[in-house]
Amino acid sequence: MAKRSFLIPGVDKRLLIKDSIKTMPDVTRRRFIAGGASLGALTLLTGCDVIDSSSAEEMLKSVSKFNDAVQSFIFNPDALAPTFPESAITKPFPFNAYYDLDDAPDVSAADWKLEVRGLVDNKKSWTLEELYKLPQVTQITRHICVEGWSAIGSWTGTPLRDFLKLIGADTRAKYVWFQCADKDGYNSPLDMRSALHPQTQMTFKYANEILPRAYGFPMKIRVPTKLGFKNPKYVVSMEVTNDYKGGYWEDQGYNSFSGS
Amino acid sequence: MASLTVTDEQVRATPTKAIQPAWVRVMHWINALAMILMILSGWQIYNASPLFGFSFPREYTLGGWLGGGLLWHFAAMWLLMINGLAYLVTGFATGRFRKKLLPITPSGVLHDVRAALTFKLGHDDLTVYNYVQRLLYAGIIVVGVLIVLSGLGMWKPVQLYYLVMLFGDYPTARYVHFFCMAAICAFLVIHVLLALLVPKSLRAMIIGR
Repeated sequence: MAKRSFLIPGVDKRLLIKDSIKTMPDVTRRRFIAGGASLGALTLLTGCDVIDSSSAEEMLKSVSKFNDAVQSFIFNPDALAPTFPESAITKPFPFNAYYDLDDAPDVSAADWKLEVRGLVDNKKSWTLEELYKLPQVTQITRHICVEGWSAIGSWTGTPLRDFLKLIGADTRAKYVWFQCADKDGYNSPLDMRSALHPQTQMTFKYANEILPRAYGFPMKIRVPTKLGFKNPKYVVSMEVTNDYKGGYWEDQGYNSFSGS
Repeated sequence: MASLTVTDEQVRATPTKAIQPAWVRVMHWINALAMILMILSGWQIYNASPLFGFSFPREYTLGGWLGGGLLWHFAAMWLLMINGLAYLVTGFATGRFRKKLLPITPSGVLHDVRAALTFKLGHDDLTVYNYVQRLLYAGIIVVGVLIVLSGLGMWKPVQLYYLVMLFGDYPTARYVHFFCMAAICAFLVIHVLLALLVPKSLRAMIIGR
């Protein structure tokens, strides 16, 4: 195909597209998505110009919301993700981000503090040393990416619900919103029910070693009941809030619940 | 040469009932639309992380990017699921599956495949499916069930982990889902080709007679 000659060698074209979508203003992005969507709109309502592409997108978004409602009605939010033996761990566990490993945040342990904000009694910031003293558990679970690939890994850390209790979080709030040190400021909201799930973890170790830079040093939020992009790495702050503050990928159109 | 006079035999043979009942026709075309939406959006999702060394051409994908493809896939699934379930229930309840698709004997299939390949397979009575049709139609129903089960397992691998277990593990369910898609695409090509070769079968699926 002639198109391929335009590609820059060594640049992952998928990431390139993702990045360029991100830089598009909302209208352009919508039109870009609609470019693909219009075929379906056409198939759905041939010869009918009542539906244009952007209303097709609106329709798809409402179906997505409807799906969320159906899921919360029929599924048990406390269902446990399957766990695996150590022999099942994927080696090497893939590094995955919208940037190269060289561009991954290089957080200095001495300077880093976890900032706690919002509807909590104790808003004190936590040093890594203090966090390491909290009781930790290990889980071997499957990480499933929205792209379809998956990998089994071993994560060790403090259950988030224990930490939320410790800081006196108002667990009736709707979300825990995480902000990260990634370039372009990664962030992601987690619904409170999932934040309180027994397997949701503030992760400090991978495969019993201090979490390497590739996997989110110094702290990752591991949510085995969610797709990978709902598992933020390089976390710098958490906010307990009733407001939906959006997220890096959520804002671009991935379903925000994305529970598996 | 076709005769212009109408014999008693022909009058009696004139179907008083439709070859394809209305429910079959309606569900058939809803399914066709749902399948196409699922396949095109599925190709978009596949392209985000290809299982094999190829991607589907962008022109034949739906949604513009992975996020859009997922929205389409999880919207069209309702059409496919509800229509598919209604079809299965009606097919069993009315006895259509039993009457139309059974029996399927190996010798019958062999005979009709040979006849089909030498263009000697007759289509005088469209109400009776030949063995090639029976095998393909019954087979594609099984594939349809498998693709939905593997798809549901991939959609909710925690909630529906027992569906994932059915296929072994999550990556295997992905492969099953892919190969079922491939089987459906192959079926689609053969199915459309044969319908065009026997246009009255296409007419029967549109107007019933």
